Amino acid sequence: MTVSQTSFGSHEPVLEVKDLTVKYIGDTRSTTAVDRVSFSIGTGEVFGLAGESGCGKSTIANSIMRLLKDPAKIAGGSIRFGGKDVLAMNTEELRRFRWQDVAMVFQSAMNSLNPVLTIGEQITDIYTTHAGYSRKESLHRAGQLLELVRINPSRLKSYPHQLSGGMRQRAVIAMAVALKPSLLILDEPTTALDVVVQQEIMAQIKELQRELGFSVLFITHDMSLMVELSHRMGVMYGGRIVETAKASEIHANPQHPYTQALMGAFPPLTGPRVPLTGLAEGVKFRNIPDLAEVFPGHFVAPSGDSPAITPATLEGAAQ
Amino acid sequence: MSHSAVPTSTGPTDDTPALEIRGLGKQFSLGGLFSRESVRALHGVDLSLGRGEIVALVGESGSGKSTLARCVARLERPTTGEILLDGVDVLKRDRFQASRAFRAQVQMVFQDPFGSLNPAHRIEHFLRRSLTIHGKTGGSEKETQRRLEELITTVGLQPDMLNSYPHELSGGQRQRVAIARALAVEPEVILADEPTSMLDVSVRIGVLNLMRKLRDDKGISMLYITHDLASARYLADRIAVMFAGEIVEQGESLDLLANPAHPYTQLLVSAVPDPARSGSYDPVRRAELRQAVMASTSCAFDGDPNQACSSEESVRHQVGDPENRHWVRCHLYRPWAGAGGHALAGEPALPANDTEMKASA
Repeated sequence: MTVSQTSFGSHEPVLEVKDLTVKYIGDTRSTTAVDRVSFSIGTGEVFGLAGESGCGKSTIANSIMRLLKDPAKIAGGSIRFGGKDVLAMNTEELRRFRWQDVAMVFQSAMNSLNPVLTIGEQITDIYTTHAGYSRKESLHRAGQLLELVRINPSRLKSYPHQLSGGMRQRAVIAMAVALKPSLLILDEPTTALDVVVQQEIMAQIKELQRELGFSVLFITHDMSLMVELSHRMGVMYGGRIVETAKASEIHANPQHPYTQALMGAFPPLTGPRVPLTGLAEGVKFRNIPDLAEVFPGHFVAPSGDSPAITPATLEGAAQ
Repeated sequence: MSHSAVPTSTGPTDDTPALEIRGLGKQFSLGGLFSRESVRALHGVDLSLGRGEIVALVGESGSGKSTLARCVARLERPTTGEILLDGVDVLKRDRFQASRAFRAQVQMVFQDPFGSLNPAHRIEHFLRRSLTIHGKTGGSEKETQRRLEELITTVGLQPDMLNSYPHELSGGQRQRVAIARALAVEPEVILADEPTSMLDVSVRIGVLNLMRKLRDDKGISMLYITHDLASARYLADRIAVMFAGEIVEQGESLDLLANPAHPYTQLLVSAVPDPARSGSYDPVRRAELRQAVMASTSCAFDGDPNQACSSEESVRHQVGDPENRHWVRCHLYRPWAGAGGHALAGEPALPANDTEMKASA
């Protein structure tokens, strides 16, 4: 794992999100999608964010890339990338920041390839636009890139529809790491794929990560997959992080009732068959308090008796 | 039927299975009218579904799971084979298309609850229509209303949701409506094609539990089609593994996943993320498995595990205790479609034995 790729000190985290609050502002009411979320990702670290649909995971990813559109507004907090303030970047800085510093693989990314251009044209495009290489040099590098994700370089001439879903997804991942970003955001990268292909893609990402040393923000609802890939992880519910710790620690010893419920939502592959309740209607939390450290490095939002919800606490909290 | 329905036993109560599929085959012709080219989607599929039994059909995308369900539902006409419902061959009985009587016996629940409900109608419409078409309205409007409310509460929704439109419901609620619609005709068999894969994690278990409850309370047999092995193990009594249009292994759920015999089943099991598994997955082992699936040269099952199989045709070998009804198709005979139409063939070799895999491809 090389630290030298990054332009800053090795101990400083690559990404630091502090008290990030994102609101969707409607005509009559606004919703807080992300509520005072803080986390950091170190160099070469894989950080996972787990949670069900609508808990705010993807909103966080889009905030980091500054891709949020109206009616979403970043209402508070800060995002720092390698010491730079992401929220203060102008258009030109953003252009360089996106893809060169941080790349993102979207949900169903395999459908985000342009169907009328060959894979080769789409990859060389990255090099000619962002890195200023010549066409010949770009094509050469595009071939190497495909080899990196174990696709035969002869496939450069293929159109996206000529590749299988798994190959397309690998091509998209190759494109994401083309400019050697220091952070890769994976937003449910394998949701549409079947298990065998999923495992292959995850192995690929692990291998690339070991080789290139980038950090990863990995977003999924599949707890088992997350525990396998991530070093540290956070569990989100209703826009807040309710628990964060080392992934193995959360798997072995989940503290927050929501984390336990989320893990119970996936039937195990071994052991006796026991009835599961999943995330029943009963699992509802309001007004989740800030995280507290219960074990070294293991932070949990206290969940005993939820404090009474008053407009005053809500307003004060959102500031 | 009231809520206090007599619980039927979970195992088959009668010797005749509710649904039996014999030697089912399906070829899709390619190209124009006079083209002779075809793709073999199903070949010689035998599968039986006992009364009140849940059987899971698992396999990768493109293995033929959905084609099988569509053939059984008579949405596709199989090329060869028999489909027996209560011992009657429905392909002979209703030659050209499914009859209403058939539809009253077999109902389907589809993968996409967003696409299977017409957005222009209220929930009541879907259920009432099923009742009317199959003559289950009970005569009076009052009785119909009672049945509608019973249906919606059976699947765990509130009676006032009858007046909602599909867009007002969540994905899980819509899938429950789709199940209620299937229940309205009081079917014997429900074919569920990936009913939870488009749903959020938070509601998946709820839908699986509902299916289990319907089986327990009403004795409905179910064919549960999925690529999620863990949910198949959770819900189903038996699991059938499908690969390239053929069933390669079948057995009691827990036994099959604990002792997978076919290399393809082993590959599927090894691909499921499981943090509890000791150590990470082994790429060398997986490359070997894949090779064994694609170009198998040996089969370990011939009664005596120490002796290599010498079978001349693709036979089924019994695995373990006969009570588990666990069999595996002889490894020596790989499915015809293994030539490259599915995910395994096109995928890259793993680092450990790159060259070997290329040679076998």
